[in-house]
Order: sequence, then C-alpha cells, then structure tokens
Amino acid sequence: MKTIVRKYSAALFSIGILTAFLLFWPQKSAQTISILSYQLGTMLQIIPPIFILLGLFDVWVPREIIIRLMGPESGFKGGLLGFFLGSAAAGPLYGAFPIVAVLMKKGASFTNILIFIGAWSTTKIPMFLFEMNALGYRFAVSRLIINLAGILFIAAVMNLLIPQKEKDRLYAAAQNR
Amino acid sequence: MLQILETLSNKLTPIHRFLIIETMKIGLNVMLLYAFTLAALIFSAFKDRIKTKKAVLKGLKSLSNILPQFITVLVIVSIVLSLFNEALMTGILGEESGVLSTFGAAVVGSITLIPGFIAFPVASELLRSGAGIVPVATFISTLMMVGIVTLPMEIEYLGKRAALIRNTLAFGFSFPAALFVAWVISL
Repeated sequence: MKTIVRKYSAALFSIGILTAFLLFWPQKSAQTISILSYQLGTMLQIIPPIFILLGLFDVWVPREIIIRLMGPESGFKGGLLGFFLGSAAAGPLYGAFPIVAVLMKKGASFTNILIFIGAWSTTKIPMFLFEMNALGYRFAVSRLIINLAGILFIAAVMNLLIPQKEKDRLYAAAQNR
Repeated sequence: MLQILETLSNKLTPIHRFLIIETMKIGLNVMLLYAFTLAALIFSAFKDRIKTKKAVLKGLKSLSNILPQFITVLVIVSIVLSLFNEALMTGILGEESGVLSTFGAAVVGSITLIPGFIAFPVASELLRSGAGIVPVATFISTLMMVGIVTLPMEIEYLGKRAALIRNTLAFGFSFPAALFVAWVISL
C-alpha cells in the first residue's frame, strides 16, 4: 500500500493541482475537462495495444538481431535505421520512450537510440508532408535539413556528456521493464 | 451525451473543438492498430502459447510501471493547454521578429504539447498576419523537440541527467535552426 502511494505521489499531486485549478478558475473548467478527456481517451485507446506489441517484440525478436542492426558495431547503418524508425512513427514524443526501453534491453547503442528519439521528435514523415502544405516547402525542407544536423549534433554531444556509468545504469534499468 | 458535448463545445475555442473532431477521426487508425495487434497476438499464440502469455504479461507490467508518470503528464498537459489558447499564442508570437518574441516563442513551445496538425495551421496563420519567421520557426522547433511537461516520463526512461541535457540542447538548438530557416526563406 505504501509503495503504491509513493509510486503515485506525483500523479496524486498533479490531480490535486487540477482540482484546485478547476475550483479557482471555473471559466476554464469546460476547456480543461474536454482536453483531459480527449487526452485520456486517446491514451486509453492507443496505449494498451502498443504495450502488447512491445511485449511481443520483446519476446520474439532475439537480442542478437538488434545488436547486429543497431548495436555499437552497427555503424552508419545502425544510425540510419534509428533515424527511419523514428521518422516512420506517429504520435507524441512520450510514445517513443517505452520503445527506447525495449531497444536498450535488446542492445541498441546509446547513440542510435538518441538518433531515434531525435527523429521521432522532429522529422516524422507524415508531419513533414503536413508542414510543407501549411508552411511552404522552403520552410519545411530547410527545417528538415537543419534538424538532421541538429539530431546528430545533440546525439554526439549527449554521448560525450553522459558518463559510461550512467549509460550502464540506464541499460540495467531497462532490463527490468 | 451528445447534447452535453454540444453545449460544452459552444464554450470552447476553435483549437479545442478541433481536438474533439480529431478524436473521432483517430478512430480508424485505432481500429487498424487493434486489428494489427490482434493478428500479431493470434499468430504468436499459434506459434507458442507460453511465449505469448509472457509477452502480454511483460507488456502489462511495463504499462503499469509507467502509468503514474502517464497520469501526471496528462493532467499537467490539460491544465497547460487550457491556459495557452490561440489568442495568447498570437499575442506572444504576433510581434515582428524581435529577440523578446523569439525567446517567448521558445518558452511557449517548450511548455506546450500541441500536435503538429494543429500547430502548423496556426503557425501559417501567424505568418500571414505578420509574425516573423524566426519566432514562428523557433516555436515549431521547441514545440517538437523540447518537452517540459513530459519530463517526468522522459526522466523515468532516460534518467535525470540525459533528459535534462537533451531538453537543454534542443532548446539551444532551436534558435540557430530558426535563423537558418529564416535565411533560406530570405534567399
């Protein structure tokens, strides 16, 4: 019981803030509730099948395959794969993190995982088409080009700034998910 | 139920009404996702029942592990989104390209979590009504790469250090990226 309360302490705290917000700002309550129900609805629909698929991936895809494709020795191809996996995805950034855990578990390298996160966050293919439509091809294409450089830059700097000990800790934690 | 939704929707801004309509459109994709998952499950169970059971249990376990952070993020997102409406965004981004509006755009983009299919049309509208390219591009960049409200989840998976460094770098990167976009457009 105590562990459950501790596990959910942040969630309970945020719900407390929400309650206070609704009480003290009733003009905003209709909006807030509609947004919350929208987000909750999307989450309840999409999250369960995704976690089942991740479980299946975890059980069926051998570690050796991911190590070969995206491991530390995978080189340029591994980075490219991480980039395309991230770009092909749909959904908000926080959807990428459970996948990151499975990729870590299966031995994908830290750099390739960072490239995957970067691609997921900003170079998604459906979004690119949409951006081109709304903001013009110069805007979309120049942003895509600078983002490619940015993703690699952020991945490289992070790889330097995060000590090996911390990486080992993250990979060990991923084993238990 | 529908009537309640209708009366509610009259009180909403266009963005929020749009969100509700989008929910209904998502329906088809969700159905495809379920069909695919079900097919994968059946195929897997056909191959190996014990492994399949293990897979489902693993999936549920990792879901229950992240659920508290999920709830936290959802609640914070709803509060923040209801505070940042179109009018406020126009107010911050609507000025011509100044340092202040660019920085404001970066802060708003970092805090909010708006799907691209809403952000792009709004950005395009802002550009048409005279907003500068630099603040608008900065807003789009930070919106996609920096996630302040989703930090609890990111920390859970990437650790405090990596999550903070990633968001800081992405925030810093958004400014040169926006300048680059503005430069290309000015060519």
